[in-house]
Amino acid sequence: MTELTLTLIKLGFLAVLWLFVLSAVSVVRSDIFGARVESAPKPAKQPKQSKARPAKQPRGRKPGRGLPRRLEIAEGPNAGESVPLTDEPIILGRGTDAAIRLDDDYVSTRHARFATNGEQWFVEDLGSTNGTYLGSQRITTPIPLPADTPVRLGKTVVELRK
Amino acid sequence: MSLRTPQATSRTPQFVPRKRRGAELILLAVALVICIGAYCAVGIGVEGRVPAFVYKLAAGLVGAALVTHLIVRWVAPYADPVLLPTVITLNGLGLAMIYRIDLANLENDGPDADTLATQQLIWTALGIALFVVVIIVVRDHRKLQAMTYTFGLAAIALLLLPLVPGLGKDINGARIWIGLGPFSFQPGEFAKICLALFFAGYLVVKRDALALAGRRILGIDLPRGRDLGPILLAWLFSLGVLVFETDLGSSLLFFGLFVVLLYVATERPGWLVVGSLLFGAGAYVGYLAFSHVRFRVDGWLHPFADPDANYQIIQAMYGMANGGLLGSGLGQGSPDITPFSYSDFIIASMGEELGLAGLMAILLMYGLIVERGLRVALVCRDGFGKLLATGLAVSITLQVFVVVGGVTRLIPLTGLTTPFLSYGGSSILANWVIIALLLRISDQSRRPAPAVVELEQDDATQVVKIR
Repeated sequence: MTELTLTLIKLGFLAVLWLFVLSAVSVVRSDIFGARVESAPKPAKQPKQSKARPAKQPRGRKPGRGLPRRLEIAEGPNAGESVPLTDEPIILGRGTDAAIRLDDDYVSTRHARFATNGEQWFVEDLGSTNGTYLGSQRITTPIPLPADTPVRLGKTVVELRK
Repeated sequence: MSLRTPQATSRTPQFVPRKRRGAELILLAVALVICIGAYCAVGIGVEGRVPAFVYKLAAGLVGAALVTHLIVRWVAPYADPVLLPTVITLNGLGLAMIYRIDLANLENDGPDADTLATQQLIWTALGIALFVVVIIVVRDHRKLQAMTYTFGLAAIALLLLPLVPGLGKDINGARIWIGLGPFSFQPGEFAKICLALFFAGYLVVKRDALALAGRRILGIDLPRGRDLGPILLAWLFSLGVLVFETDLGSSLLFFGLFVVLLYVATERPGWLVVGSLLFGAGAYVGYLAFSHVRFRVDGWLHPFADPDANYQIIQAMYGMANGGLLGSGLGQGSPDITPFSYSDFIIASMGEELGLAGLMAILLMYGLIVERGLRVALVCRDGFGKLLATGLAVSITLQVFVVVGGVTRLIPLTGLTTPFLSYGGSSILANWVIIALLLRISDQSRRPAPAVVELEQDDATQVVKIR
């Protein structure tokens, strides 16, 4: 083996090593920025929903049509209270950062979170002691939540209303 | 990283989950070129010809890579595409370097010299098998949270094993090995995973109590005195490891892991302050009380004051200096002069033969692994997964920092293995398990949100009136 061949092998190997690092970085990069948009939601062009409930628009960003507009306490110590839904996630519980501070001993400080992706709302249990129930099902993962479906936290039942 | 207001991926509507398995396959192909190329370059550099067994080896490596890829495609289709190829590259580089040092030993000592490459190949195969088992068996990382305290106990048991008389072995001054028949095993490597699982499960439950109470001094939220219990316990525990097993590296790793996880879980920098103070105090007391700590610190500050005692680190420095910017080329340096150039000092061997350019590429690969781990933690939807991914990534970070820092004389030298590169069965097995867990969590967190399911119309649970 001549000196030249060995040097070429050495440099070639380093080049492949860096090629790997750079292509891994480019995969990471496309992972951050390059997610393809398959169908950009255009809420303006969606067919109009029934005008049966001309609910008042809350402050903040206007949610898409067909989405629930309020979260209402249906049963429990705070029954009747409600909070308008925007794009921001909402936390329910007894703590200070809750959207409605529930006065319910069976509810944890940070009990459940309601969040939207712009198309539908999800409910997620935040590791509460007594759990969050949809029907008889204790939820363990974020679950899509249609309007007018009761969700139970402790002794409190909440629903999303249009 | 915010745990208290988890960022829902569902809030960015344009995000379309992608599997990226094709990208993984391409990266794997490059990784295999590096692994097999490294073997060939070693053979050409040392003996002037490509080693004869390279076809068998290439078949084995390609087979192993394909099996892992297909398994990931099957059980974790949304897993991160960068982790697996990076790990295979590092593992292959380590194998080639160990083979290279074997060749040098054969040249120096004749045919009965110690050869380790075959053993390391077997360990790698076992590691990949364990990876496959873990990723198939653990279908949902959240199930592991149920066994929080089991993992805690297992970690303590594993760490205490080397102290059991008859079972523990004292090798090179550190009592961190157990002998099982002909095999030596380092239980600390697995204790690391168990501790990450335990800390994640413990802190996700206790973080509110640790985060909310406390007072503010000099703009830093300091925790309450009575909440210091767990951190003091972890500190005493790692001091115990230091004292009774004389293992500096593991002690630093465990304490660092706990402090960082405490900080991430509570978002309070006060813990870092407390942790650093405790660490400083422990390190100073260790320096005063234990001769082996003092020896390491002296070797770090003044290696040339006693060249015979610090032979290893001096040889490593000369080796890296000899390598320079582009290295001597695989098979053309003399990394075998440094004692333990195949395990603790493999970074110095890499630095000599691949140069600064190659060493930086290797460090960047570790950086990529850690970045992907922290990314998994950011995207993950549940607190336990976040903390676990952070813990695993931080354990790799600390380990690489401690080893590379020690070898390059940035910090005092401590004995830890370089993940995936070093010779060592327990280390290879444990690190493949870490990667399996990270891939599992990343699969869970990158998966698209579940589709709307019609709820069954069953009776809602009733609230039982007590009062």
